[in-house]
Amino acid sequence: MSATKAARVGEDVWKTRIDKVNAELVTLTYGSIVAQLCRDFEGDYLEVNKQLEKMGYNIGLRLIEDFLAKTNMGKCANFRETAETIAKVGFKVFLNITPTVANWTTDNKQFSLIFEENPLADFVELPDDGRAQNELWYSNMLCGVLRGTLEMVQMQVDAHFASDILRGNEVTEMRVTLVRIIDDELPPGED
Amino acid sequence: MSFYFAIVGTKDNPIYEAEFGTSKQGGDGVARFREEQRSMNQFIVHSSLDIVEEVQWATPTMYMKCVDKFNNLQVSCFLTAGNIKFLLLHDQKADDAIRQFFTDVYDLYTKTLMNPFYEVDMRITSGVFDGKVKQAAKKYL
Repeated sequence: MSATKAARVGEDVWKTRIDKVNAELVTLTYGSIVAQLCRDFEGDYLEVNKQLEKMGYNIGLRLIEDFLAKTNMGKCANFRETAETIAKVGFKVFLNITPTVANWTTDNKQFSLIFEENPLADFVELPDDGRAQNELWYSNMLCGVLRGTLEMVQMQVDAHFASDILRGNEVTEMRVTLVRIIDDELPPGED
Repeated sequence: MSFYFAIVGTKDNPIYEAEFGTSKQGGDGVARFREEQRSMNQFIVHSSLDIVEEVQWATPTMYMKCVDKFNNLQVSCFLTAGNIKFLLLHDQKADDAIRQFFTDVYDLYTKTLMNPFYEVDMRITSGVFDGKVKQAAKKYL
């Protein structure tokens, strides 16, 4: 499936099959979660990152079903196609944004998602305690979501943020790496 | 014309303050309070809080115009729905410009409040907020 077709499908599903919700509600809800985690872990931002990732992972495991049901997408032929689908259909359908796919490595196993806008991070300024700017990945839940969804369709990936506008970087960039295709494995003990 | 601007929280605690001069009529936007006057500004603004709390029940709008006077100085107040007070000390009457300024600052304050890491009554240390307030001052005052 070509990039333009992916964009069309994303646009189409977004317009016809998605229940919309107020963007500020989402922003503030996500903000409360992150702020509460920061309080609960008393400013241990590395742990907060981990927790956000885990929450995202659990969302991803479920979200893939919803995604497939709404979009009727078929199987992607290769990882490049997967990337286009994530950016132009996945993000479009659930967050109404289309990050740019860029910076492919030559083996086609690693790419970046560049976010021009990020509805989760509206209004946000990281605490100026001298650590949050270097340690907290505010939108880390998104990484977990990608890991969860792709795992359900037999792709083990590693996703992490490489830069974030909130930290004062130029762009918000997420790096996604394909670790391996999960083959159909027999359940243990059924040989 | 010089201005002293303060935001006061719900527990009468200061959460932000700034000084600026007029940018109208060729002003350079720099405050020209005499040195002994500068330290008085905070007192004058603080002492007007009592009057604000009286006037607020008699005024239907958030913007209360000039609530207090001290010598040639006037204090204008804007009270937000969350009981945060914007107080502006100025030496000439300029109701309309001040209203526009307050409306802009209210917008900026709301955005600050939407930041999940900011809590009501916390001091506003954001440089972005500071810059935007000064921009608004430059535009209207």
